[in-house]
Amino acid sequence: MSGTLIRVEELAKEYRMGNNVVPALCGVSLEIAAGEFVAVMGPSGSGKSTFMNLLGCLDHPSGGRYWLDGQEVSQLSGDELARVRNRKLGFVFQHFNLLARTSALDNVALPLLYSEMPPNERTQHAKQRLAQVGLAERMDHHPAQLSGGQQQRVAIARALVNDPRLVLADEPTGALDSRTSVEIMALLQQLNREGITIVVVTHEHDIAHFAGRIISFRDGKIIEDKPNVANDAAAQLT
Amino acid sequence: MNFVATLRIALLALRVNKMRSALTMLGIIIGVAAVIIMIAVGGGAQARVEEQIRSLGSNIIIVLSGSVTSGGARGGTGSQPTISEDDGYAIGREIEEIQAAAPTLRGSGQVVAGNANWSTVFYGITPDYLEVREWAIIEGRGFEQAEMSGAGKVVLIGQTVAKNLFGDASPLDQVIRVRKVPLTVIGVLERKGQSMTGQDQDDILLMPIGTARKRVLGSALAKSRSVGSIMVKVNQGADMASADARMRELLRQRHRLQPGQDDDFFVRNLSEILQAQEASSKVMALLLAAVASVSLLVGGIGIMNIMLVSVTERTREIGLRMAVGARARDILTQFLVEAVTLSLIGGAIGILLGIGGSMLIAELAGWRTQLSVSSIVLAAGFAGAIGIFFGYYPAKKASRLLPIEALRYE
Ligand SMILES: Nc1ncnc2c1ncn2[C@@H]1O[C@H](COP(=O)(O)OP(=O)(O)OP(=O)(O)O)[C@@H](O)[C@H]1O
Ligand SMILES: [Mg+2]
Repeated sequence: MSGTLIRVEELAKEYRMGNNVVPALCGVSLEIAAGEFVAVMGPSGSGKSTFMNLLGCLDHPSGGRYWLDGQEVSQLSGDELARVRNRKLGFVFQHFNLLARTSALDNVALPLLYSEMPPNERTQHAKQRLAQVGLAERMDHHPAQLSGGQQQRVAIARALVNDPRLVLADEPTGALDSRTSVEIMALLQQLNREGITIVVVTHEHDIAHFAGRIISFRDGKIIEDKPNVANDAAAQLT
Repeated sequence: MNFVATLRIALLALRVNKMRSALTMLGIIIGVAAVIIMIAVGGGAQARVEEQIRSLGSNIIIVLSGSVTSGGARGGTGSQPTISEDDGYAIGREIEEIQAAAPTLRGSGQVVAGNANWSTVFYGITPDYLEVREWAIIEGRGFEQAEMSGAGKVVLIGQTVAKNLFGDASPLDQVIRVRKVPLTVIGVLERKGQSMTGQDQDDILLMPIGTARKRVLGSALAKSRSVGSIMVKVNQGADMASADARMRELLRQRHRLQPGQDDDFFVRNLSEILQAQEASSKVMALLLAAVASVSLLVGGIGIMNIMLVSVTERTREIGLRMAVGARARDILTQFLVEAVTLSLIGGAIGILLGIGGSMLIAELAGWRTQLSVSSIVLAAGFAGAIGIFFGYYPAKKASRLLPIEALRYE
């Protein structure tokens, strides 16, 4: 559970808009060890999401290199990246991104469709994950029948279903009220304690202070990277 | 990603938009049903023609009295009898390609048996007539030599006449009056069904040609040897055209026609006419099926349209699937299976509708239809192919999306 999980060197991303070139990320280098809980902060447009998308192998960098779990992923093809995402990564989005008219259970099992897991084990596995986020009773509910917090829990269960090394959450509490946000952070903290590396993007200092390390971005660069004495989210709930 | 799971996703996606899926299928349903019905109707028409050829007997040529030019005015076909019984015998005797030639006299009139009566046609024939028409006697016997030469008062009776005069009782040895002339029924003819012009071929009486000429048709014809037509059967495998030519030559010679003078008879090759009819009904069936398949094509375009809309609508879903590990080919398969499922379900409904429709047409319009397994297989295969063909482009488009752009799509 120790060692480097993420290593980026001079990672850069620029967007071409006609003749304009928008630099969204300008040479970011850092390492994140396995088992860390990292919060990424910064003003709007500072490149946080761009950075997360690169970490999540959803986008190709325009420059620099990226090693994930010892494997250089910045040069991989689309299909190879799909494999990496399926095996090693879990995503939690601001707006949950659950499939409508699809049960919680099927939503959670979605990544398993694209894995090598035999079909008969998938349901069992997905049920376990739903139980882990406290929604065992809601497995037949559709997203529209669940509260925002519950939907985000389903999304977290989906992120966990492939036993990822890294969970990436871009403003996971952005659409939730403050109490539900703390509940979600408590869940993420618990997962982190179980060994999963977590990177969370947030605008809120309260939320960032549940992490063990806070990285601040501005204009596509890291301006601050400091350890943090994490607050215990679960304790705040009682 | 296995096939069952893909199929489940496809069915789920189609169920979400039931109305839209149904409407999209409609094009395929109509197309497939139309193709099947058209082929069934065409096949039925063709089968009818084939059956007529069979019932007429193959290799038949008919010689009819032609026009005689008298004082510059030409009479119509058969307006004046120009061919004779002896022409018929000569054809049968002298032309080797001819298997049999049967001169016939035709008449019609009232037939009475007891207190039942019926109006029908009768033919004066020679025994060759039955051979030419491949017509069997199912009950009783044919004409004997003495009856032929002596204008015997005997008659063969068709099924329709028998039914109308005698009901279910046997007509054998009964006496019927044809134009008041009493004739004894000595045989019953096998059922022939409808002719190509829709006439009931079983509504008929056959008698020796001498009987018809001297006893039934009356005095006008009594002394002449002329006949209305000669029905000729060409040997199996012989060349119809050369038989035809030799026959014309023989008749011209017998009628003492000078070179340059018109024939005073007509020669009709019936099976040729029927074969032409068969060919044209085949072309018709093909044409109808082609028109029907245009609606299949339109149905295919409908599928493509809806799949394109679906890909756009579900861009975020595609992005999400890619984010959790779907490869380009998984997305391609998913949308392709969806399109093919749509077209195959439509095809299956269309097949049922087509079968039902052609039965209904047979029932209501009285047309003969003939469903063929091959047309059903063809229609199903075509529907599937349309799903693949028109589903491919939208599916490819979906699979080419970049994960991050698809996820961010509003
Ligand atoms: N697809 C794109 N095309 C062009 N420019 C883009 C694109 N995505 C992001 N950018 C630009 O890149 C820069 C960084 O954007 P990014 O989304 O990473 O910011 P962010 O830190 O996540 O902001 P927020 O807190 O508002 O989510 C911005 O200037 C943005 O306009
Ligand atoms: Mg952002």
